[in-house]
Amino acid sequence: MKATYSDIQARVARRKTMDGIFAVVGLLSTFIGMITLTALIFDLATDGAGRLTWQFFTSFPSRFPNQAGILSAWVGTTLVMLVTALTAVPMGVAAGVYLEEYAPQNWLTALIEINIANLAGVPSIIYGLMALGLFVYQFHLGHSILTAGLTLALLILPIVIVATRESVRAVPGSMREAAYALGATKWQTTKDHVLPYSTGGILTGVIIALSRAIGETAPLITIGALTFIAFLPGSPIKTEFPFISFEWLTSPFTVMPIQMFNWVSRPQREFHFNAAAAGLVLMVMTLAMNGIAIYIRYRFRKRIKW
Amino acid sequence: MAKNPHAQADGNYSTVRELIAESAVTQLTTKRVRERVIEIFLFLAALSSIGITLGIVGILLYESKQFFEHVSIIDFLTDTQWTVLFADPHYGIMPLVTGTIVTSAVALIVALPLGTTIAIYLSEYANSRVREILKPMLELLSAVPTVVFGYFALLFVTPLLQRIFPDLPGFNMLSAGIVIGIMIIPYVSSLSEDAMKAVPVHIREGSYAMGATRLQTAVRVLIPSAFSGIASAYVLGFSRAVGETMIVAVAAGTQPNLTLNPMEGAATITAFIVQVSLGDLPHGTVAYQSIFAAGLTLMVMTLAFNIAGYFLRKRFREIY
Repeated sequence: MKATYSDIQARVARRKTMDGIFAVVGLLSTFIGMITLTALIFDLATDGAGRLTWQFFTSFPSRFPNQAGILSAWVGTTLVMLVTALTAVPMGVAAGVYLEEYAPQNWLTALIEINIANLAGVPSIIYGLMALGLFVYQFHLGHSILTAGLTLALLILPIVIVATRESVRAVPGSMREAAYALGATKWQTTKDHVLPYSTGGILTGVIIALSRAIGETAPLITIGALTFIAFLPGSPIKTEFPFISFEWLTSPFTVMPIQMFNWVSRPQREFHFNAAAAGLVLMVMTLAMNGIAIYIRYRFRKRIKW
Repeated sequence: MAKNPHAQADGNYSTVRELIAESAVTQLTTKRVRERVIEIFLFLAALSSIGITLGIVGILLYESKQFFEHVSIIDFLTDTQWTVLFADPHYGIMPLVTGTIVTSAVALIVALPLGTTIAIYLSEYANSRVREILKPMLELLSAVPTVVFGYFALLFVTPLLQRIFPDLPGFNMLSAGIVIGIMIIPYVSSLSEDAMKAVPVHIREGSYAMGATRLQTAVRVLIPSAFSGIASAYVLGFSRAVGETMIVAVAAGTQPNLTLNPMEGAATITAFIVQVSLGDLPHGTVAYQSIFAAGLTLMVMTLAFNIAGYFLRKRFREIY
C-alpha cells in the first residue's frame, strides 16, 4: 500500500497528539507523589492535631490515651541520634576521604567500593538482626541506647561515605596542586583545602542520612527497644564531679517511630489519634531536616564558583 | 650564637644553619610519621565497611546454622505452615515468602510504570526550572518515615479501597503494596532519569533528525540505550520493596498466610521478624534463631535478584 501525503500528515498529527498526551500523563504521574504526600500530611493533621498540646510532649506513655505523651520517645530519639551522628560522621567522612584522596587503584579498593554500593541495598531490618546477634549478645552492650545508636550509624554509613566522596570529587584538582606547590602535605591539603570546600555537600548528605535514621523503626525493634517506657535515661550532666556521666548510654529506650507503631497497632481509635500526633511530630522533624539539607546544598552551590 | 640553648647543651660549635637543617629534618620525619598514621586511620575507616558485611553474613550464617540443627532444610522449604510461636511449631518459610512476593509485586506494579514515566518526563519533557522544583519534592517521598506510611496505609488507603472492594479485610497486602510502591517511586525514577540523561545527545539528535517525536525517541531509543541503568533502578526498587518492614507490619497483618491473593492479609518475612522481636524472646531458643533464618532467606532473595539484575545489565549494556 502506498502512503499518500494525507496519510503521512495524519500519522504525524497522531504522533504529535500522543506526544502531547504523554507530556500531560508525565506531569500527572509526578503529581501522584505529591498528592500522596499532601493526603498523608492532611490525614495526620486532621487526626492528630487535637492531641498536640504541651502535655503531649511532657508526658510518659500511659494506658489512658488522652494522658499519654511522647516524652520518653523524643528524649530517646535525641540521645540515639547523638550516638549515631558521633559515630557515623567521623567514620563516614574518613572513609570517603580515603577512597577519594588516598586509595591506590587495586583490588582492595575495588572490593571496598563494591561493598559500599551493596550495603546501601541491604534491608534495614538485616542490620537490626546483625546488631542483635553481634552488639547485644556477643559484645554484651544490652538493649541500650548505645546499641541503637551504633546500629543506625552502620545503617547510614554508606550514605555518608557516598555523599563525602561526591563532594570531595567536585573540588577541582587545581586546588590540590596549588597547596602541594606551597609545600603542603597530603593531609594538610585535605584538611585545610579539600574538606572546607566540600563541607556543604558533606553536611547535606549527613543531614539527609540522619533524617533517614530518625524514621528507622525496624532495626531498633529487632535489637529489643521497649515500647513502653515511663522513665528517662540518667542525665548526661551531673551536679557533682566529674559532671558528665555516660550512664544514659546503657539505658533502655524507646524512640518516636516505635512509640507511634505501638499506638497504631492498638485497636482503640483514641490511640490512633496519639499515633497521628506522633507521626505529625516525626514528619515535621524529617521534612525540616530535608528542607535544611536542600537549602544548604542550594547556598553552597551558589557561593562556590570554580 | 652562643645564646642558642641547643648549641650550649650540645657543647659543640655547630652553626645556626646546621641546627635549622637538623630541626627541619626532624620536623620532616615527624610530619611523615603523622601523615602515615592519618592515612592508616582513614584506611581503617574505609575497611570497616567490609567489617559490616562480614558481621552481617557471619551472624546470619552462625545463627541460621544453629536453627538448621533443629529444623531440616527440607521442612523449612516445603512445609506450608509457619507457626514458630505455637505449641506445635511448624517451620515452613513458604507462607512468609509468598507474603513478601505478593506485597513486593503489588509495589512494583505501582512503582515501575509510574517511576519510568516520571523519569522520561523529567529527563525529556520538563524544562530545567520545573525539574529543579519537582525532583526534590518527589524525593521527599522517600524521606517519610516508613511507620508513618504504615499508618497511612492502614487508616487511609485501606478504608478508601474498602469503598471499591467492600469485602477487603482491614489487614490486606493490597494497600500495603500500593503504599510501598508509592514510597519507592523516587528510587526508580531518579536512577532511571540519571541513566537516560547519560545517553549522549547525538543519539537523541539522530532520532529527532529522522522525524521522531520526543515520546518515540524516549521509547525506541533512550530506554533501550539506558537499559542497564534502568535495570539497576528496578533492582534497587525491588530490594527496597522486599526489605520494607513497617508498612507491612502495620497494614498487612502478622498472620502467616499461604496465598497469592493480595486482597488477603499475610505476614511477610520482615513483619514476622518484627512480631517476634516485640515479644521478649529468650536468647538461644529455636524461635529466636528462626528470625535469623528468616533474615537469611530475605538476604538470599535480595541477592538472587541483584545477581539476575547484574547479568541482565551485562547482557544489554551499551557502550558509547
